[in-house]
Amino acid sequence: MIVTTLILGLVLGGTYALLALGLTLQYGIARIMNLAYGELTLIAAFGLVALFQQAGISPLLSLLVLPVLGYGLGWILYQGMMRPLVARSDGTGRLEVDSILATFGLLFLIQGLLLLAFGANFTSISYLDRGVSILGVSVALNRLIAFGICVLSGGALVWALNRTTWGLRMRAVALTPGSAPLVGIDVNRIARQGFAIGTALACVAGASISMYQTFSATGGVIFTMKALVIVIMGGVGNVPGALIAGLALGLLETFVATAIDPGLTLAATFTIFLAVLLWRPQGLFGARS
Amino acid sequence: MTTFTRRATLGALLLTAASSLALTAGTAQAEGETITIGYAVARTGPSATGAGITTIPNYELWVDTVNKAGGLKLPDGSQKMIEVVEYDDRSSNEDLVRAIERLAAQDKVDLILPPWGTGPNLAIAPLMARFGYPQLAVTAVTDKAPEFAARWDRSYWMLGGGHDYAKGLVDVLAAARDAGTINNKVAVVSVADGFGIDLINGARPAFEAAGFELAYDATYPLGTSDFATLLNDAQGSGADSFVAFSYPPGSFGMTKTAQSMGYNPKVFYVSVGGAFPIYPGIADGNAEGVMAIGGVDADSPAIQDYFARHTAFVGNPPDSWASAITYASLEMLAQAVERVGLDHAALAAELSNGTFETVIGEVKLEDNQLRDLWWVGQWQGGAFRAVNPGDKAGAATPVIPKPEW
Repeated sequence: MIVTTLILGLVLGGTYALLALGLTLQYGIARIMNLAYGELTLIAAFGLVALFQQAGISPLLSLLVLPVLGYGLGWILYQGMMRPLVARSDGTGRLEVDSILATFGLLFLIQGLLLLAFGANFTSISYLDRGVSILGVSVALNRLIAFGICVLSGGALVWALNRTTWGLRMRAVALTPGSAPLVGIDVNRIARQGFAIGTALACVAGASISMYQTFSATGGVIFTMKALVIVIMGGVGNVPGALIAGLALGLLETFVATAIDPGLTLAATFTIFLAVLLWRPQGLFGARS
Repeated sequence: MTTFTRRATLGALLLTAASSLALTAGTAQAEGETITIGYAVARTGPSATGAGITTIPNYELWVDTVNKAGGLKLPDGSQKMIEVVEYDDRSSNEDLVRAIERLAAQDKVDLILPPWGTGPNLAIAPLMARFGYPQLAVTAVTDKAPEFAARWDRSYWMLGGGHDYAKGLVDVLAAARDAGTINNKVAVVSVADGFGIDLINGARPAFEAAGFELAYDATYPLGTSDFATLLNDAQGSGADSFVAFSYPPGSFGMTKTAQSMGYNPKVFYVSVGGAFPIYPGIADGNAEGVMAIGGVDADSPAIQDYFARHTAFVGNPPDSWASAITYASLEMLAQAVERVGLDHAALAAELSNGTFETVIGEVKLEDNQLRDLWWVGQWQGGAFRAVNPGDKAGAATPVIPKPEW
């Protein structure tokens, strides 16, 4: 029983954490609170399904290609839409408010385009939808793949941020965007990279979600909400924090569903969320500033 | 990492939650020698999916069919083309009510078609009554239909109530148990939202009255995407029948999870979504034997013709629950207009008392409600066939136990 809960919870948590990685990166480094994040994941989800159904391209191949396109999309979005906001904000809190409003608009734009292109239907594919036994617990292979991707990309990101000069520059921009230029860091370039990588991660999440979950063009907000809750719990901009918070949330939901009542999973999530906001507003792993 | 993060992120949450607020769009039409028909439906927002499957395609198919045949017929034998005034209510009842007011007071349309969903139909019922428009509330499932029909005498309720569907299902299971095919235990899960609550509230007493034991009875929140735990517990309960009172994402998710974990109950029942044309694809071609809400008489030529026309016009077949009834309600409207014209009082009286020839057969409302409905259907040989009420003409025999996935 404990093993079942643990495994199912970890796998679920992995899919949650994967969803939150990109958002936390976009906010942490580029300072853009991207409310259209869920829609960006949906673009990849629809993209994967379209490639699979129309062109017969294997979802696993799409999983490699879509993030690259996502990086490009993020790059263009930042350069075309966010850069002017950054330029006029002069490093004040105004960027946060402006970016929330701008991406709120972007949310509807992308939603409208998705509705136009793919219609309002629920979309779902069956790919690698077979059970794999782990310690006697049957887990869907596609979810397991999402979990693996989460561990890999999350781990790689944590490593790169903490161990490479590139990561050092990223952290410099994240911590003090005002003084980073003093040591020769091109803040604009780093922020653009952060935003683009965040978009690429959104695409990874969307592509893997599309393999196991039903979605529709209007469901992006749900993804954004889930990601936001995890990002805030883990400490905004904190990559390991988002990973751990995502896993913890998955475990919590599974535990509540088995031991107490499945009806209380959402209530439990938001109780913890509320507690974090009240007592540790900087997030479970965020530094007090 | 910065001090202002919490305020900003809270603001973000608020804005996200407020995403249902919005604007009305649409264009007014010039008056002319046409019949104007208005409707406000969810083109965007959470209800867009339901409206996009059941309501909008049928409205468009019907208008196209009528106009290609020369227009709506009037009692004097003349024909008038239909002109449509459409608004997007953005899935918000406030916008919907404003749009209906605008259709009635400003656009002065001849007829108003209802929106998709129980809540939206209830939201506009007082307004429709005030302006005197007949309201053919098709996609509204409510146990209070008799009350509503009495309160607003020009409203018509055509999809039954939660108790009806729950009772239909219990009948099917009870027959199988009495035949010794399944055991006395049922595992039931339900979504904690409107329709799911209605169904489970109807089902609990019905299961008990029929002598079933609810070996597992759990609810889950709307938006749940992972069903591994639920199905794991249901499987462990020893019940032969698995019943889910679910919405489409849940119905699809549970189907996939049951397949991947090799959960093979003798009865596998899901609610909304099970009758959608994409369901067999979601079940990876193994939908055979899955039961769900609704159903059609798949052998009826009228239904087959309707499915073919819908597929040709929309690009995909209709769902096998409310779609055909939606289309039938429009046929009723056309026939009523042909008999009595566009006067709302006469039209309402004709809808209440008349008999109509539709794709679902001959329809006659009882106390402004359509009661001659299918409650339970099952995927059999690639079609979603109605199996309950079993004594209704066109009912198929339920296949229990369901073949393994």
